[in-house]
Amino acid sequence: MTIQTTQPRLAGWGRQFRPARELTPESLLAPSRDAVLSRGLGRAYGDSALPPASRPVVLTTRRADHFVSFDAGTRELRAEAGVSLATINRLFLPRGYFLPVTPGTQHVTLGGAVAADVHGKNHHVDGGFGDHVTSLVVRVGDGRVITCTRERDADLFWATIGGMGLTGHVLEVGLTMRAVPSGVIDEELTRVDGLEAFQDALAVAATRHRYTVGWIDCLTRGASAGRGVLMAGDFSRAPGAPVPRARERVARLRFELPSWALGRATVRAFNEVHFRAFPRGTTRRSIGWEDFFYPLDRVDDWNLMYGSRGFTQYQCVLPERSARLGAARVMNVLTRRGGASFLCVIKDCGPEGRGMLSFPLKGISIALDLPLCDGTQALVDALNEEVIAHGGRIYLAKDSLTRREHFAQMEPRLAAFQEVRRKWDPRRTIRSAQSVRLMGDAP
Amino acid sequence: MSHATGRRVVFVGATRGMGRALSRRLVERGDRLCLLGRDAGELARAAADLGVRGASAPPTTVACDLSDPDTIEPALDAALADLGRLDVVVVTAGEFATQEALEAEPSRVSRLFDVNVRGVVLLCEGAKRRMLAMGGGALVVFTSVAGERGRASNVLYGATKAALSAYLEGLDHRHFRDGLRVLDVKPGFVRTSMTAGLREPPFAGEPEQVARDVERAMDRQRSVVFTPRAWGPVMSVVRGLPRAVMRRARF
Ligand SMILES: Cc1cc2nc3c(=O)[nH]c(=O)nc-3n(C[C@H](O)[C@H](O)[C@H](O)COP(=O)(O)OP(=O)(O)OC[C@H]3O[C@@H](n4cnc5c(N)ncnc54)[C@H](O)[C@@H]3O)c2cc1C
Ligand SMILES: NC(=O)c1ccc[n+]([C@@H]2O[C@H](COP(=O)([O-])OP(=O)(O)OC[C@H]3O[C@@H](n4cnc5c(N)ncnc54)[C@H](OP(=O)(O)O)[C@@H]3O)[C@@H](O)[C@H]2O)c1
Repeated sequence: MTIQTTQPRLAGWGRQFRPARELTPESLLAPSRDAVLSRGLGRAYGDSALPPASRPVVLTTRRADHFVSFDAGTRELRAEAGVSLATINRLFLPRGYFLPVTPGTQHVTLGGAVAADVHGKNHHVDGGFGDHVTSLVVRVGDGRVITCTRERDADLFWATIGGMGLTGHVLEVGLTMRAVPSGVIDEELTRVDGLEAFQDALAVAATRHRYTVGWIDCLTRGASAGRGVLMAGDFSRAPGAPVPRARERVARLRFELPSWALGRATVRAFNEVHFRAFPRGTTRRSIGWEDFFYPLDRVDDWNLMYGSRGFTQYQCVLPERSARLGAARVMNVLTRRGGASFLCVIKDCGPEGRGMLSFPLKGISIALDLPLCDGTQALVDALNEEVIAHGGRIYLAKDSLTRREHFAQMEPRLAAFQEVRRKWDPRRTIRSAQSVRLMGDAP
Repeated sequence: MSHATGRRVVFVGATRGMGRALSRRLVERGDRLCLLGRDAGELARAAADLGVRGASAPPTTVACDLSDPDTIEPALDAALADLGRLDVVVVTAGEFATQEALEAEPSRVSRLFDVNVRGVVLLCEGAKRRMLAMGGGALVVFTSVAGERGRASNVLYGATKAALSAYLEGLDHRHFRDGLRVLDVKPGFVRTSMTAGLREPPFAGEPEQVARDVERAMDRQRSVVFTPRAWGPVMSVVRGLPRAVMRRARF
């Protein structure tokens, strides 16, 4: 047998490929010593989990997936970075525990959840993933393996949470699980008729529900611009409420769809049907945990839907003081420039966490999927200008097109973050394609 | 088909690869394991992992190096003492080396046969004796599609697996009526540390897929299973190829 010869390529979830290769060992201890970057399940949309061009091999963690311990008394779970949230859910929901925070897909690793300090539908009450992390074992750039906590080497701890893999390789994560009464959600769905109304509705729902999020139809203009559906819910406390088993198999897209498949007309038709499917006012239903938290996971590899050019997601957060105007301007830029976003999600965030580069801050977050085409760079530039003008910022885990100068303007915390990186990795051995693009690291 | 749970299982090879994936499936369905292996640190990590996954006490670990025959009987005694009875013995442990590496270093040839044939066979003999004494049980042993035909690309490794398959088939014929169930697992190419860096053929599989197939084959009391399943039809073609073709084939 011979060594691999075909040119290997790698991409983020948005499928913009570039030459790169994965190393997928069962233990991270030795290979992390001279790896340039860690990668989890590759669910970051852009180039966060891609290595710089000159060192094109990433350390993929998904096979380093041992659990270390679970203490039912403190609810502390410790596990290697490659354990996926899906595995945790499958094992722990039947025992009455759920992730304290989960993103909209469960196919992410613990390492990826820490590095992006992921947020979920409960950010307004529970903060980000990092708020529930108790300890991290990190291989830093100078070669040492450091166990850091809120008390010990706290600078490394808080820079690693939300630090997009740039402070070191997370080998092991400790986090506190949440006890839940069942595996079904009592959900309330409310049709909302405009962006302003949406923000009011989210604010009201936030006071009554642990989990809230909104879906917006971004193609309608005029009176119904910003119409959509608000979803809110909590784990059911009904006696005898079951814990539905995790799906063993899901549908799978096997081929790229042609690029027109998600064009404006399709998205408009989909949105129309989706919106009309909900009756006016509020509907209540009981829904399984997977359908509530992870509707997109019903189809594996759905990113093939966007065809060979791939896509990006634009996600920004606007601070409370300028959220109303800012959100309207962002949506306006999108519709004016004809961006057809298949998915548009709106969510109110709670207070900014302590992760030095964490995304959320108190205000409104908007996320849009954008198929890549010739105008996408200009669209992202225009969106970024609005976001900067309103004091907001973007989510690095989704980004592939933001310019370095825009990033600097929205990220006053960057200098402090870079200071921590310098301390633990003086030779700057750990970097990503994204840090090359946004932070000026060596390509 | 039976969906036995709570079985007492001796497992050799749970620290890595397909054994790691299969041992996890077994504890998740409620089987109780005892782990045999040669690296105490790796065994302890595997045991802790299985303890969390199975929501139970971590399995006991016992030192056993298949390259050292003296470790085998004491390990089986210790495992039996721990488990109280023996329902299933799984052996995924094995070594691999390329034909080129083995030709360059003949001492590795005897090591390969020592582990893959002598070690595994002695372990099976000991396990069989103990299980038959208790009325039967199941042996699940990983060989390889490489043992199906003598192949130019892996003469020696293939020979170890062919020997093991012949042994397992014989055991089945000899002891089926005594209650011994023998499952010969024949993986095709699977992405594990054993195959890291090798060029992938078509139908390369993941360890989790193999674990699912093997669990099902155990439940159905099959005697041979090809996994990932595409390798079944592939190997029936390969079995039928004339020698003249095999001589020219590079695989
Ligand atoms: C359908 C979908 C829905 C999503 N919904 C949400 C959501 O609701 N909220 C949210 O916050 N995010 C969401 N995301 C984004 C996703 O949660 C993050 O991108 C997450 O980081 C992906 O984890 P991963 O394991 O796939 O990591 P990757 O995508 O492989 O890597 C992401 C980053 O983490 C770093 N990293 C990974 N492992 C390690 C490690 N062991 N040590 C150090 N650094 C590491 C990488 O270097 C990279 O910078 C969503 C993504 C998708 C595809
Ligand atoms: N991967 C493939 O494509 C493939 C294809 C066909 C057949 N197979 C066969 O399938 C089986 C599993 O393969 P795999 O890929 O999962 O292998 P692997 O990842 O290399 O794991 C091998 C396991 O066997 C253990 N082991 C090795 N030598 C041992 C010894 N002397 N004593 C005790 N334990 C020992 C290892 O323990 P340590 O942690 O101590 O190393 C490890 O747990 C093997 O028999 C292999 O020959 C594999």
